[in-house]
Amino acid sequence: MPAAPGPSGMAPRLLELADELRNEGMAVGTSELLDAFGALDAVSWTSREDFFEALSATLAKSQEDRRVLELVFDRFFFRAVEREAAEHGVKENEGDQPEGQGAQGERLDLEALRDRIREALQGQDGSDGELRDLARLAIAAFGRQGEGSGVIGVDVQRIRRTLGLKGESQSAQLPDPDAVPRDRLRQFEGHVRRELERALIERTQALPPSKPLRELDRALPTGPAQDLAAVHRVVAQMRRRLATQGREHRGRNRSSVVDVRRTMRTSLSTGGVPLELRYRPRRPRRPELYVLCDVSTSVTSASVFFLSVLHALHDSFRKLRSFVFVERISEVTEVFERERSFEAVSRAISGDAGVADISGYTDYGRVWVEFLDKVVDDLDPRSSVIVLGDARTNGRDPHAKVFAHLAERAGRTFWMNPEPRLYWNYGDSVMAAYEPHCTGVFECWTTAQLEGFVNAIADLGPVRKS
Amino acid sequence: MASDLQSLDETRDALGRAGYLAGESTALVSYLAAHLGKPVLVEGPAGVGKTELAKALARATDRKLIRLQCYEGLDEAKALYEWNYRKQLLRIQVEASDAGWNDVRDDIFGEEFLLPRPLLSAITEEQPVVLLIDEIDKTDQEFEAMLLEVLSDFQVSIPELGVVEAKTHPLVLLTSNNSRELTEALKRRCLYLWLDYPDVERELEIVRLHAPELSEDMARKLVEVVHMVRNLDLKKPPSIAESIDWARALLLLGAEDLDGDVLERTMSVIVKHRTDLDLVAERVGVKLTDGLIGSRRAG
Repeated sequence: MPAAPGPSGMAPRLLELADELRNEGMAVGTSELLDAFGALDAVSWTSREDFFEALSATLAKSQEDRRVLELVFDRFFFRAVEREAAEHGVKENEGDQPEGQGAQGERLDLEALRDRIREALQGQDGSDGELRDLARLAIAAFGRQGEGSGVIGVDVQRIRRTLGLKGESQSAQLPDPDAVPRDRLRQFEGHVRRELERALIERTQALPPSKPLRELDRALPTGPAQDLAAVHRVVAQMRRRLATQGREHRGRNRSSVVDVRRTMRTSLSTGGVPLELRYRPRRPRRPELYVLCDVSTSVTSASVFFLSVLHALHDSFRKLRSFVFVERISEVTEVFERERSFEAVSRAISGDAGVADISGYTDYGRVWVEFLDKVVDDLDPRSSVIVLGDARTNGRDPHAKVFAHLAERAGRTFWMNPEPRLYWNYGDSVMAAYEPHCTGVFECWTTAQLEGFVNAIADLGPVRKS
Repeated sequence: MASDLQSLDETRDALGRAGYLAGESTALVSYLAAHLGKPVLVEGPAGVGKTELAKALARATDRKLIRLQCYEGLDEAKALYEWNYRKQLLRIQVEASDAGWNDVRDDIFGEEFLLPRPLLSAITEEQPVVLLIDEIDKTDQEFEAMLLEVLSDFQVSIPELGVVEAKTHPLVLLTSNNSRELTEALKRRCLYLWLDYPDVERELEIVRLHAPELSEDMARKLVEVVHMVRNLDLKKPPSIAESIDWARALLLLGAEDLDGDVLERTMSVIVKHRTDLDLVAERVGVKLTDGLIGSRRAG
C-alpha cells in the first residue's frame, strides 16, 4: 500500500524502523540490519509482501517478534507516507485523485453500501484496495450524517454499528447469513481506522505522537486453550532442565562405564598406554517428582493456574505423583493419568476424586504429616518435591520440623507461592518457617513467572560431589 | 550460490517441481538463503513439512542432502569430526621402530586419520550440498555454541590440524519444534521462517499433488475433516504427511465416500493416541454421519 520511498532515502528509513522495533523490545542488532539490507537487495521492492517477508526473515526471530514487526511495519510506513504528504502539502481531495474514489464519489445510499460491504467481506476474493475504497465510502457516508466524534476508536465502532456488521460467532451451529468472517471484519476495521487517521492528519497538518503498541495488540490472537498450551510449553522445558541436572547431581564416579573409544584416544598422548580412564557420559536420569497443590479457597484464583501446571507436568513426566490438599491430602495421580482433557480433570478433582475437606481451611502442618506418612519410603535424594501453595495455615501449627525432615529426605524442594513476596509472612502466612528448608522459593502466578522458575532451577547450578 | 534459485519465481517453481508447494514466505526465505548464503532456522509445529522442505530443496537444486539428526547428548565427535584412533595406533606401531617422533606426530594428525562427521563433510564436499540439522532444540546449549563457527564462517577449527575452511557453501536448514528457546547467538546468524499448518485450499493442493487419483470431492472432505481434528485439543494433531497417508489409505481401500463408518475404520492413520481416538470419534464422527461436513461448501 504505502509506496516505499526512493532508494536513496531507504537506509535511514530502515534504521528508524529498527529503532522503533527496539523500543518495542525486539533485539535488532547491527548484524540483523546488515542481513536485512542484503535481503532487500535480492527482492523486488514493488511487492509489499516480498518486502515485508524479507524484513521479517532477517529481523524477526520468533513468532512474537514477527507479530510486533507486522504492527510496527504498518504503523511506521503509514506514518512515513503521511509525513511526506503533509510536508509536500499533498491532499487527496484536491486535484488528481488516485483511483477516482473520492469522498464525494458515487452517491450511494447507506442501504446499498451496507450490502456491498457485506458482500465484499463474505467473498474471499475482495482485494485489499477494494476494501480500502469501501472503507472510504463508508466514512464518507457516515460523515454526511454528521456524527463524527473526533475520537478515532469511537468512530470506527460507530461506523461498524451503522453498517450493521457483525462477526461470525464461533459457537453458532447455524451460520447467520448476515455475519461476516471475523478476520475480514478486522481487516475492514483496520482500513477504516487508517483512513480516519489519514483524514485527521490532513486536517491538522501534523502527525499525532506515536504510541507504543498496546499489550493487547502485541499478543498473538489466542483463545483460552492457548494459556494451557503456554503452561505446557514451559513445563516441557522444565522437564529438560530437571533431567540434565539430575545427572550432575548423582556424582560422577559411582558405577561409571569406561568408554573404550575415548580412553584409547586419550592414551595417544601417552604413547598408547591408557594412563587415564575416560567414562561414558551418563544418560539423563528420569526425575521423580512429587507435586503438592493447594486447592483451598484462599488460592482459588491461582488454583486453576496450578492445576494447569499439574496437568502439564503429567504430560511431561512419567514418574510423577501429584497430591491436592486443603485440610488433608489426597493423591490425584490416577485422575490425571485417566483423564486427558483439562476440564475433565478439574471436574473430577473438585467433585468425586475429592479432597478430604472438612472445614475448608488449609492445615499445612497436618498435610506434611500425612504426606510424609504416605511417601516416606519412596522419598530419596533423587526426588524433587514441588509445593504449590500460599503457606497460609489459618493459625494452625505449621509443623516446620516435619517439613524440614521431608525436605531433607528429598533431593530438592521447591515452593511456588501465588502471592507477591510482599504479602508473605503477613497475617497467617508462615512462609518464613518453610523457606529455609527449601532449595528455592518463588512467586508464581503467571506463565512468565513459571518460566522464571524453570530458569532459576537451572541456574541454581548442579550440586557437585566435593 | 545455487544455480537453480536465481529468482523468487524460479525458486517457487523449482520447489514445486520437487513436489513441495511452497507458501509465499517459504519460497522467499529459501531464495534469500540461497542468495545470501545464510542458514535458515525453520520453526513450527510437528508435521508441517520442515524436514521435507530441506529434502525438496536438495531435489530442486540437485544437491546431496546431508542430515544431522540432533538428540540429547549429541557431541562433537558425532557431529563434527573424530580422529580414527585405531588407524592412528596402527600407524604408531608400524612406525615406532624406525621413524623419528616428529615424523610420526606430523603424520598421525593428518587428514588421512580424520573421520568427518556430517558437519565437517558438509563443508568439505566438492559439490555444494544441502545440510539439514534436524530438531536442533533437542540438543543442549553447548552444542549450539559449537555450531556457530560452522554456520557463520563455514569453517571448522581442529586443534591438531588448524582451520578447515569450506570448499563450497552448503545451503543450511535448521529445524526446531520450539521445545526450548534457542540462544540469541544462533538466531542472529540465521534467517527465520515460521511454518504453520496450511489453510484448507493449500493443503487440498498438497493432498491432490501426492494422491492425484483421489476425487476432488473426497479430497476436500478429507482435508476439512483433518482441519477439524486439528482444532480439537489433541495430544498430537495430525500432520500434513498424515493427511497424505490417509488419502492414500482411502484410495487403497477403494472408499467411495468419507462417512462416519469410513472414518471410524481408518482414523488410526491420522490419530495416534487412544484418548485422541475417542475424542475424534465422538466429535467428528457424529458430524460426518449427519452429513454436516462438506455439504455446506458444496451447496
